[in-house]
Amino acid sequence: MLNAADLDTLFLTFRVASLATLLLLLLGTPLAWKLARSRSRWKGVINSIVALPLVLPPTVLGFYLLVLMGPAGVVGKFTQWLGIGTLPFSFGGLVVASVLYSLPFVVQPLQNAFVAMGEAPLEAAATLGAGPLDRFFSVALPLAKPGFLTAGVLGFTHTVGEFGVVLMVGGNIPDKTRVVSVQIYNHVEALEYGQAHWLAGGLLIFSFLVLLLLYNSQQTQALTQSLK
Amino acid sequence: MTMSHVSSIQARLRLAYDQFDLAVDLKLPANGVTVLFGHSGSGKTTLLRCIAGLERPTQGFLKIGETLWQDSDSDFFLPTHRRNLAYVFQEANLFPHLSVRGNLDYAVRRLRTKDRVFPLEQAIELLAIGPLLARLPARLSGGERQRVAIARALAASPDVLLMDEPLASLDEQRKQDILPYLTGLHQALQIPILYVTHSLQEVNQLADHLLVLAAGKAVACGPLAETLTRLDGPMALDRQAASVWQGKLISHEAEYHLSHAEFAGGSLSLPYLDMPIGSPVRIRIYARDVSITLQPPEASSILNILPARVLALSEMGQGQTVVQLAVGDEVLLAHITQKSAMLLGVQPGMAVYVQIKGTSIVR
Repeated sequence: MLNAADLDTLFLTFRVASLATLLLLLLGTPLAWKLARSRSRWKGVINSIVALPLVLPPTVLGFYLLVLMGPAGVVGKFTQWLGIGTLPFSFGGLVVASVLYSLPFVVQPLQNAFVAMGEAPLEAAATLGAGPLDRFFSVALPLAKPGFLTAGVLGFTHTVGEFGVVLMVGGNIPDKTRVVSVQIYNHVEALEYGQAHWLAGGLLIFSFLVLLLLYNSQQTQALTQSLK
Repeated sequence: MTMSHVSSIQARLRLAYDQFDLAVDLKLPANGVTVLFGHSGSGKTTLLRCIAGLERPTQGFLKIGETLWQDSDSDFFLPTHRRNLAYVFQEANLFPHLSVRGNLDYAVRRLRTKDRVFPLEQAIELLAIGPLLARLPARLSGGERQRVAIARALAASPDVLLMDEPLASLDEQRKQDILPYLTGLHQALQIPILYVTHSLQEVNQLADHLLVLAAGKAVACGPLAETLTRLDGPMALDRQAASVWQGKLISHEAEYHLSHAEFAGGSLSLPYLDMPIGSPVRIRIYARDVSITLQPPEASSILNILPARVLALSEMGQGQTVVQLAVGDEVLLAHITQKSAMLLGVQPGMAVYVQIKGTSIVR
């Protein structure tokens, strides 16, 4: 069965993933909106940077974050100047790393949703007197709802599933940075396969159920769309 | 009902486009329906989008009545949402996440004017969409969607109503269903309507004024009857060339299934019209249905024979001649063969008789 330390890691993982998803949606929405509508030649560059975590080994991302956020890094110096110390091996650092690591999983579905709706509904809104911000909230957001669902679910589950970045940036500190994936690693290292099974199996079932829910909801949507 | 406060629409616009440059210098009337007519690629939709501010012309001066919408000389460009207009798109373009009622309310909540508000209830009644209010756009037919889009545009209480081929995506039956609503608009609204179409049928049916566009240029512009019959314009030379006359119904002759209507050009027998005496009628007379004789025929199966005077004539090629005639105070076009024109010796100023083989009531 799960012991107290396992439950702590579960709770911590949930906190990191929730906070990261919230931040991802807040940051990812304007970014995706800009990318979806921009014709700038920088668009390709920004798109590539956002997509980097998809192809980079997590350890590479973790390594650079560690360097940047460490006492000698640019970000580290800034956070020290702010008086909040350095981010590596802290809960905050874990959240920051998670946000960067899961960024493409949130930005891309949102960007696709914004592109798919096209200009037409926004033009209709403009001709009816809606300004840019009004158009965004009254038309773009509601029409991108399926995109938000996908983005939120993928952002959350992907953050729950991260390991390499966590190990590099967060380390393995109980109650602070020890998340489920690290705890599974600990159990396996200690040859506690039974314990590992509980966590690993739990994560497997959780991920499967969430994805099932997501795809089913999209299928029903596609189905009702085609019936219309 | 409020009177239009827009005195005229001035548009000097220039926009480099993929295939051509749009370059127009127009003064359009402030009332009635001005139809922007042209073949696809003539720039008519682009012109409408420039007026709406959905495209930004490189050079432009646009004034609606006393309100300036664009003046590129002083770098002034009023964004679309601050222009008091409404736009009916080719695809109705309703908000799919809002019910019909929600779509109408969207316009009402963002009114850009405090006076001259078009009552929502009147818009609903005019387009007969009362039974549809609770439905989502996805559950409407194409024709219903377009009616809601028109009602939504009216509810916005615009100073000018822009319509971009609102019937083009509908089948023939749906078009016939909606046209009466459009002619109804005409009477209920005191604002200018700019209506884009490539359909001559809609031109004849709806236009008060006509602007003909070709390759981004305005090639003819003026009152409908005049623009249709000008020999230097493109309309008179078209195979579908027609004159449009407006008049009113004066009597019925039910036993022969005929009605009679009075026009500035004289009175004509028409196919029976189930409308009260005194109703306004608008008819189209195809130029190819008009023939010319020098004497009044003594016996003819053709009922409509009127005295006329030749104003001008012009060769259209392929052995055809277009003749412009004055019939009373109306102008009529006739397409005859070049040989007949030569044999009859048709010349400007000549007194002749026109035989009208057929008329169709467009409204």
